[in-house]
Amino acid sequence: MAKIKFIQPDGTEQVVEGEPGMTVMETAKKHLIDGIEAECGGACACATCHVYVDDAWRERTGDPSEMEEDMLDFAFDVRPASRLSCQIKVTEALDGLILRIPEKQF
Amino acid sequence: MSADGTAGPAPIETDAVIIGGGPVGLFAVFELGLVDIKSHVIDILDKPGGQCAELYPEKPIYDIPGMAIVTGQGLTDALMAQIKPFGATFHLGQRVDALERMDDGRFRLVTDIGAQFLAKVVVVAAGGGSFTPKRPPIAGIEPYEGKSVFYSVRRIEDFRGKDVLVVGGGDSALDWTLNLQPVANSLTLLHRRDEFRGAPHSVEQMRALVRDRKITLLIGQMGALHGDGGALTAVTIKTKDGETRIAANRLLPFFGLTMKLGPVANWGLDLHENLIPVGTEKFETSEPGIFAVGDINSYPGKLKLILSGFHEAALMSQAAYKIVYPGKKLLFQYTTSSSSLQKKLGVS
Repeated sequence: MAKIKFIQPDGTEQVVEGEPGMTVMETAKKHLIDGIEAECGGACACATCHVYVDDAWRERTGDPSEMEEDMLDFAFDVRPASRLSCQIKVTEALDGLILRIPEKQF
Repeated sequence: MSADGTAGPAPIETDAVIIGGGPVGLFAVFELGLVDIKSHVIDILDKPGGQCAELYPEKPIYDIPGMAIVTGQGLTDALMAQIKPFGATFHLGQRVDALERMDDGRFRLVTDIGAQFLAKVVVVAAGGGSFTPKRPPIAGIEPYEGKSVFYSVRRIEDFRGKDVLVVGGGDSALDWTLNLQPVANSLTLLHRRDEFRGAPHSVEQMRALVRDRKITLLIGQMGALHGDGGALTAVTIKTKDGETRIAANRLLPFFGLTMKLGPVANWGLDLHENLIPVGTEKFETSEPGIFAVGDINSYPGKLKLILSGFHEAALMSQAAYKIVYPGKKLLFQYTTSSSSLQKKLGVS
């Protein structure tokens, strides 16, 4: 299992257990994390599961793929640390991952 | 009368109107067709297929019975081939705004472009609602919408002589950049990165206009809007070098589509958590003659699966038959063995 910390725009923190193999989006939905809408259900087709990866973790989560980068065009307030959480797979190596939820999904 | 005050065309009279051309709406054409009910299909997208075609045309679906794997577009294409014998008429790029019962018991539907329909039964197969343009979550944008901020271009003349800011990196943003540049006083294209998803030749044309200094390309994101009473004067732009403010009195944000329930909520149907409750015998709504199938309906045990919607369409058609052909007895038949069904399918 991998512990994942979600930080809301107001600073509220929630730590949940991520199951390796699931995506971060699925983990967030399973634990009812606010602000992860995932309207398309994980098809990388809506950009409503947008998160900011904590700088210390960006190397481990990697960069968005070309398709994800295209999809991020539909997100609001995109930053260098932006990822779509449906495209991040939970692994043991991500134990301790810190993600921030944007102010608004589109 | 149409929206601009001129007399619209005569209403289209039909047995059934299906609202929504996703997989379940398409299969409803088939099931209604088998019982001799002719359909018109209205969809807000410019193509059939609904979410399958718009959100995941290339994504595999694994739970369609008999198809181990099929893409969203593949399923749409297969359904279009399957319903071809029934000659349904498609009215695309239109949203049904009004739905009301007439004195003669039929339903009158009016779309956002003024098309009118008179139907004996209505099938709401609207999925998650209508696809609508995403609105940038910028505080205070509402008063500008429809006056200075537009999510589509209905009249090019509204942009003549204006300082236009187009935001986005896909085909809509590029196409309107190219089409509005000749009429606008100035045109700025804003995108978050210097890469564009649009058609390569549109990107080429856009780059040529930038080279000729006919448009300005900015790499960055939108911030606050400035103006008064819905009249936009300037927009704050956040670039990697900081914030600037550019003059603009027309803003066109193109950030794709999202699903909203939309006018379904105004049709007088009972709703529960944005879904339409139905019974599991007929899939009829609180309004007799209006049915709801697919993701938009709810009933005990409902699963939002395409295959559930197919089943619902089959049972709905039996109930719709009784309204379209009152007093006639419907003989249940199999396509495998019924020569009359095979004739309708054009296979015998």
